[in-house]
Amino acid sequence: MANHNSHAHDEHESHGSLKSYVIGFVLSIVLTILPIVVVMNDMMDKTPTIIFILIMAVLQFVIQLFFFMHLREDKKPRYNVMALIFGLVILVTIIAGSIWIMTYNAVG
Amino acid sequence: MFKDFMDFMLNDFFITGDPLILGAQVSIGLSMVAIVIALTYFKKWRWLWTEWLTTVDHKKIGIMYVIAALLMLFRGGVDALLIRTQLALPNLEFLHAGHYNAIFTTHGVIMILFMAMPLMFGLFNIVVPLQIGARDVAYPYLNSLSFWLFFFGAMLFNVSFVIGGSPDAGWLAYPPLSELSGSPGLGQDFYIWGIQISGIGSLASGINFVVTILKMRAPGMKLMQMPMFTWSVLSSSITIMFAFPILTVTLFLLFIDRYLGAHFFTLDGGGNPMMYINLIWMWGHPEVYIVILPAFGVFSDVVSTFSKKKLFGYKSMVFALMSISFFSFFTWAHHFFTMGSGADVNAFFAITTMLIAIPTGVKVFNWLFTMFRGRITFTQPMLWTLAFIPCFVVGGMTGVMLSVAPADFQFHNSYFLIAHFHQVLIGGVVFGYFAGLYYWWPKMFGFKLHDGLGKWAFWLWNIGFYVCFMPQYALGLMGMTRRFNEYNFDMGWQPLNVVSTIGAFIMGLAFIFQVWQIAHSIKFLKKEKSGDAWGDGRTLEWSIPSPAPMYNFARLPEVSSSDAWWEEKQRLANGGEPKPLAPLEPIHMPRNSGIPFIMSVFFFIAGFGFVWHWTWMLVPGLIGVGCCLLARSFDYDTDYYIPVDEIERTEAALKGVR
Repeated sequence: MANHNSHAHDEHESHGSLKSYVIGFVLSIVLTILPIVVVMNDMMDKTPTIIFILIMAVLQFVIQLFFFMHLREDKKPRYNVMALIFGLVILVTIIAGSIWIMTYNAVG
Repeated sequence: MFKDFMDFMLNDFFITGDPLILGAQVSIGLSMVAIVIALTYFKKWRWLWTEWLTTVDHKKIGIMYVIAALLMLFRGGVDALLIRTQLALPNLEFLHAGHYNAIFTTHGVIMILFMAMPLMFGLFNIVVPLQIGARDVAYPYLNSLSFWLFFFGAMLFNVSFVIGGSPDAGWLAYPPLSELSGSPGLGQDFYIWGIQISGIGSLASGINFVVTILKMRAPGMKLMQMPMFTWSVLSSSITIMFAFPILTVTLFLLFIDRYLGAHFFTLDGGGNPMMYINLIWMWGHPEVYIVILPAFGVFSDVVSTFSKKKLFGYKSMVFALMSISFFSFFTWAHHFFTMGSGADVNAFFAITTMLIAIPTGVKVFNWLFTMFRGRITFTQPMLWTLAFIPCFVVGGMTGVMLSVAPADFQFHNSYFLIAHFHQVLIGGVVFGYFAGLYYWWPKMFGFKLHDGLGKWAFWLWNIGFYVCFMPQYALGLMGMTRRFNEYNFDMGWQPLNVVSTIGAFIMGLAFIFQVWQIAHSIKFLKKEKSGDAWGDGRTLEWSIPSPAPMYNFARLPEVSSSDAWWEEKQRLANGGEPKPLAPLEPIHMPRNSGIPFIMSVFFFIAGFGFVWHWTWMLVPGLIGVGCCLLARSFDYDTDYYIPVDEIERTEAALKGVR
């Protein structure tokens, strides 16, 4: 805890403003509602729908990182970048791995 | 009205009509009454609240984790003995099929999630801040919240045994069996919510320890100078951060299936049960590494302390730990080779599984070379470490056998598999955490555990282990598969099953010896005179009094090498001058808070409401959670300073035990 002493002065440094939180919140709500509207009203074929949902998901991910996770705000973003890269590796593994494993299953 | 209520209580709410469960209900009721009476009689309610329930002190939270884990070990152990009794006498109807399913399900869930995990977090909490020279974890309030979420999650799961009905779809609850069609009862909902609530706590703990280790090390301590246990905690916590969200999402999807009638994992409506198996093992496989890595860390510290040598191959050890936690994310499909994903998939995951055995092998050699030409003392923690090595090597090699995908079609779900994972989990995790408990017990409480009784427990555990599980390898090869409660005498499995059951009871006896050991050591308490209880301590936790004062270090240590405390002792022994003491400064500490406890109670209420589909209960529960979050957000009085004269008084009083 005493280690925190040296940081005490920059504790009140900005962790995002009200404006950026509201923008982030509205954007993430919009990105959630759009896929629901598209799916519920049968607005696209199957493949375009899947692609559309995936794009919305990636955008959602970016919004969360920038507006709520304060990706840019650390002075030395080394750990942030390392965690992000590892996170992406795991994410790709989960998605690509699942698709790979489950394709065979769907065929069989 | 009243009659309806009583009907509901007796027919739906409480489980009735089973003598074993009735006995449990009566004894749970009686012990709760006894606890309330004892607390009132000794006027301990206030003490309980201010000293324990609201504490944010990492040492006390660690002790509460350990106590909870040992209670869960007892319950999981009793489940195991019931299973083994049924299998030794399969045709006596000791447990009917439904009851047997519930018991092996609870045994698995409790041992992994509510015994191994809290025992691990207990050791994290007690040891890590002391080893890195910090005064608490990075987020003490969050730490307290983690504990209480785990505790109430575990209680929610455990309560299903007497209220509403136990889950009985296996410890990972594969659909379609765990769907509404396969498990219409409430047990599966208790399973989901118990694990979800405690899972939030686990994730928060993982984040907490990553930040603590990266940000709060003593001045001068570089990453490559950290004690090996701290390294293992770092690798395990990173794995937690990336693995637990997968569990949360998977169980949430299962919850949506059950609660809202979706079709993620159903057989019809476009669902696919195999997807659940795929997802849950993406968490499940890293999870086994999450619990084994800290055990590796314990062994590393214990081996170097009691061989009086620096750990052999420090760098390769760090590399092995980190590569295990990375590769653990790429092996999950070996749990379902038989699913039929095709040769490419199986070959890939077989190879990754074999690869991950390499860093583990490196570690075994490192421990052996640390002992080579060391001055070994056979203390209790060292005994467990020595027993671990051969046990884990055999367990690891049967694991490599299982990783051969074509052969796995024979081994899959047989007792060969059961014997394998019990060997790595008991021989690795349980032995490791026992070693850790015995090793750091004097640091936690200021006294050592009795040696003689400990040796009895040690030998009974070991003998019991081999008697119990070696026959199960053979049974697996003879064709006995897991999860059934009856078999015919003409299968020829009974003799080996009887032997295995005898082994299980020997381990039960060993546990009794450990309880006796703790009670005996408390009764004939011999207070440690020095903070360096073993005399050979190498790392910073042994440089302060036992038990440590609430602020841990009156002056933060300056670190310039690994094994800082050992180097300092060597320097003084060689005639070096004691370092001049810096003047004391007021110490910044976090304030206790009741919010984590209250918030977790609300989580419990909400979870209970979800299980029973009681909107009137779950809505207030969730509102309570929200109010607690708000209350904390507007609480600005969260820390304080310990004045210098109080530190001086505490330090003077501790002089005797330093």
